[in-house]
Amino acid sequence: MISPDTLVFVAVAMMTIALLLAMIRFSKGPSIVDRVVAFDSLTITTLVIISIVAALSNRMIYFDVAIVYGLLSFIGVIVVAKYIQKGL
Amino acid sequence: MKNLFVSFVVLMIAWLLLNWTLDPINLLIGSGLSIALSFIFCSKCELFTSINLTPKAFLYTFLYLGVFLIELIKANIDVTKRVLSPSLPINPGIVKVKTRLKSKMARLILADSITLTPGTFTLQVEGDTFYIHWINVEHTDVETATKELVSKFEKYLEVLYD
Amino acid sequence: MEWIKWLGAVMLLMGAFSLLVSAIGLLRMPDVYNRVQTGTKASTLGAIVSFIGVGLYQYENWGDGNWVGRVLVLIIFILLTNPVSSHVLMRAAYFMKVPLTKLTKTDKLKEDINNNIVKEPENE
Repeated sequence: MISPDTLVFVAVAMMTIALLLAMIRFSKGPSIVDRVVAFDSLTITTLVIISIVAALSNRMIYFDVAIVYGLLSFIGVIVVAKYIQKGL
Repeated sequence: MKNLFVSFVVLMIAWLLLNWTLDPINLLIGSGLSIALSFIFCSKCELFTSINLTPKAFLYTFLYLGVFLIELIKANIDVTKRVLSPSLPINPGIVKVKTRLKSKMARLILADSITLTPGTFTLQVEGDTFYIHWINVEHTDVETATKELVSKFEKYLEVLYD
Repeated sequence: MEWIKWLGAVMLLMGAFSLLVSAIGLLRMPDVYNRVQTGTKASTLGAIVSFIGVGLYQYENWGDGNWVGRVLVLIIFILLTNPVSSHVLMRAAYFMKVPLTKLTKTDKLKEDINNNIVKEPENE
């Protein structure tokens, strides 16, 4: 019997594979920019996973965690870009 | 005045979305905070000067969002095909386009829209010239590339901003 | 009202597929610029679709709190910040002279820098 919950678990499995692939690029990446790009991709996937956890456990406070995490990662990427261009 | 009004509306929408109630005390606190913040941070700024506040512009905002969503989905399908096909059919390059939009805000929205559509992103902006990295270069001369990439967004943004 | 839950789950699955495709692109593409094309930006639509799916999946609990508002805030937030961060990062990469792949057809920016139409930003 297939239910919506099954589809959600399949989706989480696909996202885990996506995290793994981005991790490979993160550890391999020839230049620093490759690593930052992989980090950005990891962040977005993690945001989606946090929101799924919030929905499954029915705690809205986890959604706020996702919002703040997205904000921090945006600032982090901007800071790294500034750093590699001008050295802070 | 227009700057203060637009920044007040934006802050108020953010407050309402985060709280999601309409009871009077909440509205009072939110509008007080929004007025204070827009006076502190936007009493001299010129960020929203070029926005048109007419009914036509209001209608065109939604039209623009619709066009943008359709372009986003089309470009996503295209990039998905490119990534999943075994021979990796990419053809990248950096092309130059010119826009006829004048105001800074409109250029910002245009550059953001181009960047958000997969397959193209804005690498550098110099006045009215955009340098765009394109994953599948079809035309290298300025006019055809402009027609291909910019025109579909430009005709809506011209109505929204002057 | 079971179908809303089904719709949410199917949208979540589509979003997950899009995220997976972008991760594959991140591995397969030959240089940084193409990795950004597929890696961070193809995942934007995937993330948006996933968030809408989560919001629909959770429709039973809409009374408990502001799920709809939070989902909208998150979507607007991603739409505003993602292009800015990827543009800043790629501009830094270009002026740091990260090489373009050999497949590259044209580079108009390089030509214009050589013709002194565009000035390179100075490194301090």
